[in-house]
Amino acid sequence: MAEVVKAPQSPVLELAEVRKSFGPVVALRSGSLSVDAGSIHALIGENGAGKSTMVKIVAGVHRRDSGTFRFQGGDVDFGSTAESKGSGIAVIYQEPTLFPDLSVTENIFMGRMPRGRGRRIDRKAMWAEARELFQRLGVDIDPRRPALGLSIADQQIIEIAKAISLDASLLVMDEPTAALSGVEVQRLFAVARSLRDEGRALVFISHRFDEVFDLCDTVTVMRDGAYVGTHRVADTTVPELVKEMVGREVGDLYPKSPATIGEPILQVDDLQSAGVFHDVTFQVRAGEIVGLAGLVGAGRSEIARAVFGVDGYDSGSVRIGDRAVPPRSPRAAIKAGIAFIPEDRRQQGLVVDSSVARNVASVIRGGLTRGGLLTGRAENRAAAPWAAALEVKTNALDMAATTMSGGNQQKVVIAKWLATTPKLLIIDEPTRGIDVGTKAEVHRLLSELAGQGIAILMISSELPEVLGMADRVLVVCEGRITAELDRDTATPETVMAAATNTAPSELSLSKDAEMVHEVTA
Amino acid sequence: MSSHTLTRPPAPAESSASAARRVLGGLLRSRELAVLLVLVLLVVVTTAKSSNFLFGGDGWRDLLVTPSILLLLAAGQTLVIITRNVDLSVGSTLGLTAYLTGKLFIEVPDLPVPLVFLAGLAFGALLGLVNGLLVAFGRVPALVITLGTLMIYRGVFLEWAGSDRINPSDLPAGFLSLGTDQLLTIPVLTIIALVVVAAVGYYLHTSRGGRELYAIGSDPDAAQLFGLPVTRRVLAAFVVCGALAGLAGVFYAARYGSISSNAGRNIELEAVAAAVIGGVAIFGGSGTVWGAAAGAFLLVTIDRALPVLGIPDFWQRAVVGALIIGAVVLDRVLKKRQERRLIEARDQS
Repeated sequence: MAEVVKAPQSPVLELAEVRKSFGPVVALRSGSLSVDAGSIHALIGENGAGKSTMVKIVAGVHRRDSGTFRFQGGDVDFGSTAESKGSGIAVIYQEPTLFPDLSVTENIFMGRMPRGRGRRIDRKAMWAEARELFQRLGVDIDPRRPALGLSIADQQIIEIAKAISLDASLLVMDEPTAALSGVEVQRLFAVARSLRDEGRALVFISHRFDEVFDLCDTVTVMRDGAYVGTHRVADTTVPELVKEMVGREVGDLYPKSPATIGEPILQVDDLQSAGVFHDVTFQVRAGEIVGLAGLVGAGRSEIARAVFGVDGYDSGSVRIGDRAVPPRSPRAAIKAGIAFIPEDRRQQGLVVDSSVARNVASVIRGGLTRGGLLTGRAENRAAAPWAAALEVKTNALDMAATTMSGGNQQKVVIAKWLATTPKLLIIDEPTRGIDVGTKAEVHRLLSELAGQGIAILMISSELPEVLGMADRVLVVCEGRITAELDRDTATPETVMAAATNTAPSELSLSKDAEMVHEVTA
Repeated sequence: MSSHTLTRPPAPAESSASAARRVLGGLLRSRELAVLLVLVLLVVVTTAKSSNFLFGGDGWRDLLVTPSILLLLAAGQTLVIITRNVDLSVGSTLGLTAYLTGKLFIEVPDLPVPLVFLAGLAFGALLGLVNGLLVAFGRVPALVITLGTLMIYRGVFLEWAGSDRINPSDLPAGFLSLGTDQLLTIPVLTIIALVVVAAVGYYLHTSRGGRELYAIGSDPDAAQLFGLPVTRRVLAAFVVCGALAGLAGVFYAARYGSISSNAGRNIELEAVAAAVIGGVAIFGGSGTVWGAAAGAFLLVTIDRALPVLGIPDFWQRAVVGALIIGAVVLDRVLKKRQERRLIEARDQS
């Protein structure tokens, strides 16, 4: 890769002591950020540190209350996203913002489609240009297909294609890798590097340190709505950054304590669902944490959903202890002792507008009713010990779940299921979108639960999490379990090799260099 | 090395058989054509039962001219529904404008007819503007806003007209004859309505503004983040919808000649139904004005055909209701299937 020579120059983007409050809530006390052209700048901080607010100010979604905001050497004050975009800033949000009913090409060129005679949209020219963009990004997407049904990785690519076609000089990516698998992350990074080498400035927000160190040149840390410090990535370390982020030392990120592994709790035999997964056989024992690794879309969540009975399956069996769990009945699964915490907490795991107490009590409601009626007092009484045990920071159990941070929401969901005293806990992406401090707490909690003899099946796309927490790793690739690795043999290489169905030696080729070459060619 | 950097080889030339199958599949998947097919079938069956339906005195003319009013309303409604809004006030707008048309002719008997059309368009646009402003700045769902203006506009109408009615004798003959005039056997009103539909269709398909309307309805939040001029576009959609309802009011006066304060009652629901039956998704983002136009033709023709076929009153309404529900359910099923197909295609690549 070409050495990036950084001549002294004025930064592309410069924010200093930017302040923004919403009513009485101060979201950003003093945000500062300075990004050079031809560099990738990481912006890190716990949830609520003010990163997103700062990004939204740059994007023109919010207007700052005070402070300096300079772009390409001039003072700016964007009143709308259109203005920000017009001056050459592209923002890729955590959740891609595509129009599902329109074609991917229309998504890329929306608002500035090329026009031919009589102000008509020139579709042919537009498709050709989109094809060129995709080729450059190294993806094979039909420019005429609708955005509906695209994988998150491909949606991300469309967003990047948008930014490139805008010829943006600053590209801000808010946690672009949260939902991507290893290969997709590498593809994204290759693209990001080639954009940097063209002299564009990139801001990269992530919760994953390995990515920050892999990709970025400089890193800015924020905490509690304020700037903490900026470092060259080469001159800093993870513990240093973590300390700056949380303002205190965090214990081990993966506090896995060895638990005594007991009898098999979950036994899955030959589970099969046409086109989704095949020949799935595995067991989870009491006190054991089994990690289900693999690429996004490999069928991990689908297997979990089938075990819990949300989705059906064609053949095979699921047993808890020696009792068979009937298919397609989450109710029976709960009764048999399975708890299921889905990936998308807000949509599937929580009634976000309800109170914490009501959420915690929701799965055990049957046991709380008196004469068919459920009182708030009974709910609060049942919920209190669980919330306390998990240190959910909620002033009152009556508070609505929607007002809590992602980490606390996750704890409420876990509390809700613990109230059913499960034998098996299935948890999908336990720490997705959760900040470092809370991440460790969720991990500690899982470890404790295993210590109490609960069998845990954990699906995770974060390799360090799988390797750090799991006693045993099952790797899923294209709907099949392609490897079973114990704690000692599971390494990033062996897991990724099984997840992509390649020989490990092939994988260790310098993939990045090669892909950059292709992308920039 | 990695499979995703490979571009697919160019598709081999299709055999004529598979091309034929594709065209046939496209026909069956196209809602516009499906509705049109049902329409033709209905006309054929009804004509077989009673040849007067098509070949009798005014059969052909009525078949074409009766839907023209609903065509205009459905075209306007399509613009609004595509942006994930709805305009229920068009029935009252139509009634008010029709009455205004009559009043204008009573006050100024020699008024040139084109001027009356312009007045209708402008008045409708004004009422549409009120809707648009309330929806854009009131931050209240359009369903509620336009339900309110539906009643308010009707109230204004009742207050203004009272028990008064416009009679055909109040209107100049030159204006009334528009309701029956034909050009190459095609009624003039129908031609105007079809030109309007074509213009709306052209705009939606080939202009930036049109595609932005789809984008806004597909995901309003994303449109906002994207920096699309959401407020301006939605406002414009309501203004055009109102203007077309005003034009429909002038049509109503020309076609029927007699206008009471009941004119246009409940027709707003038929306009929404026509759009939905024609495949305009009620949650915005997809559908074409051609489909809505086919839906309008079908609805009006059902109304006229079922009595000829001897189907009792109750069942006539029930058939329309079943069509609407069927259309919406079909939309959902098709969308789910499309999504699954797209995901499968992705997994295979």
